[in-house]
Amino acid sequence: MSNIKKAFENGKAFIPFITCGDPSLEITEQLVYAAEEAGADLIELGIPFSDPTAEGPVIQAANLRALTGGVTTDKVFDMVRRIRRNTQIPMVFMTYANVVFSYGTERFVKTAAEAGMDGIILPDVPFEEKEEFNGVCRQYGLDLISLIAPTSNERISMIAKEANGFVYCVSSLGVTGVRREITTDVGTMVKLVKEAKDIPCAIGFGISTPEQAKKMAAVSDGVIVGSAIVKLCGQYGTDCVPYVKEYIKSMKEAL
Amino acid sequence: MSAGRFGQHGGQYIPETLMNAVQELETAYNKYKNDPGFQAELTELLNNYAGRPSRLYFAKRMTEDLGGAKIYLKREDLNHTGAHKINNVLGQALLAKKMGKIRLIAETGAGQHGVATATAAALLGMECVVYMGEEDTIRQALNVYRMRLLGTTVIPVKTGTATLKDAVSEAFREWTNRIDDTHYCLGSVMGPHPFPTIVRDFQAVISREIKEQILEKEGKLPDAVLACVGGGSNAIGAFYHFIEDKEVRLIGCEAAGRGVNTAETAATIATGKPGIFHGMKSYFCQDEYGQIAPVYSISAGLDYPGIGPEHADLYDKGRAEYVPVTDEEAVEAFEYLSRTEGIIPAIESAHAVAYAKKLAPTMEKDQIIVINISGRGDKDCAAIARYRGEDIHE
Repeated sequence: MSNIKKAFENGKAFIPFITCGDPSLEITEQLVYAAEEAGADLIELGIPFSDPTAEGPVIQAANLRALTGGVTTDKVFDMVRRIRRNTQIPMVFMTYANVVFSYGTERFVKTAAEAGMDGIILPDVPFEEKEEFNGVCRQYGLDLISLIAPTSNERISMIAKEANGFVYCVSSLGVTGVRREITTDVGTMVKLVKEAKDIPCAIGFGISTPEQAKKMAAVSDGVIVGSAIVKLCGQYGTDCVPYVKEYIKSMKEAL
Repeated sequence: MSAGRFGQHGGQYIPETLMNAVQELETAYNKYKNDPGFQAELTELLNNYAGRPSRLYFAKRMTEDLGGAKIYLKREDLNHTGAHKINNVLGQALLAKKMGKIRLIAETGAGQHGVATATAAALLGMECVVYMGEEDTIRQALNVYRMRLLGTTVIPVKTGTATLKDAVSEAFREWTNRIDDTHYCLGSVMGPHPFPTIVRDFQAVISREIKEQILEKEGKLPDAVLACVGGGSNAIGAFYHFIEDKEVRLIGCEAAGRGVNTAETAATIATGKPGIFHGMKSYFCQDEYGQIAPVYSISAGLDYPGIGPEHADLYDKGRAEYVPVTDEEAVEAFEYLSRTEGIIPAIESAHAVAYAKKLAPTMEKDQIIVINISGRGDKDCAAIARYRGEDIHE
């Protein structure tokens, strides 16, 4: 059984997203431990990219802060190795195709797997382009996470059938970021996935409050929260760990 | 391998949210590209609205001055709105209208594509929003005003380097936010499939005309076709119908900025490596970890860290050559063509003029160079004056 499956065995999963190196890789490491203690079930680690086209202003700014601070892919791998000495919590990378491709796709995937990562999310790699990455991921035992969107409609079944780990259900049109309300019929999206394959579904994009999280968790297997956490990191800088921990605790309790 | 490949380049590296939109676009394009009604409507607009065919002008004084190959100028600068951009925009806007879209969004660098899109939107009664790097709204203030005059909303993009690449990123973000009624009118032969093919087909009118015109004037094909390259739409337009004519040299002139050995350059083929960005696999200026480089050129229209996938493939195959041209060389060529032929070229097109100045004297007098003058230079006068230390206000 893949490590990712374990994330969905403890009730509804709470999945926080953290931009690696914002404000520093030392703090990112502390955030992972704090998130686990607060009840997080799986951690999404963002490797910063200069031009994150799927992100809203909050995560764009975090990417810029991290890169300005000198974060590189190799330093992120070193951090993952340090984290794996202390915890086996499921972890996936979230980054952009060019970060993987320019490192050498096989070299990247091999290094990530050996460092102890469980999967990878590439928001600019749709179903039609996934084989270029998925072949290598299979070889090294990493799950390439598939995304479905509110516009996916008849594509959902095709995507779900070949999905691994979990399916990332994008709740709203547009880019990442806090939203007042989510109007998409996410319940139906999840149902269509489950009809095609028995695989956990986690909902992300726009979720920030315990109420939203509860509502989304009711129709899925878990929720992903990024911008609300990254905002705390931006706001409190090197003092952010207790604030993020408290926030994750309140979100996990709401599920 | 996925759809829309040029060798190893191209593809569709975009968020799932946009996949149905690009596939819908491809289906619509395949339906209309061979539809006589659509083509007749487009030709009517190109001829009577945009002013096609554009002239192929023999630059006698430049030819005599350089003392080598005969130089012809393809006058895309004489098109309505002052650049080749209108060829693509009229095609895409008409297609979008047929698809039931009521709104166009676009990115722009120098402002030429933004102005062309704003123009087509006004003509066809569509809403229009243009994303433009804040830096470029300053460099090209006149074009910002032109777009507003045409009824378009211009949104200055402050993220990243606040230039063309950031405008493209922001236009993609906006498209994922509003797809149903909106067409992203991409301005170059870049982005995810089917854009590189659609834009190339709409720009290919340039080389189709050059071929007819040069055969009529000279009874033979040119020895070289030169065009500036950012994303590469005017260049692919000027090259396309010569690709199979192996004896015709195809030369793309990249913006080297302050030089290819400096960090302040936008010469993708000279300094980039393979990557995946803005929906396509191609060459990009980037660091060892794949972070996209903050490129620089005096020309806002060439200030882009990538190149269209078909150019990347033509380069791989050795069919086209790509040469770097610095700011200084381009500015000299801008002034040279103005004085020698009474034609003020866009600073983008001046990059091709600059290379022609080097190439022509090395060629025989019975050989022929065609330079694509992709746009007119009125928009650049204030910036070039500032480059020369003269502070004039528009």
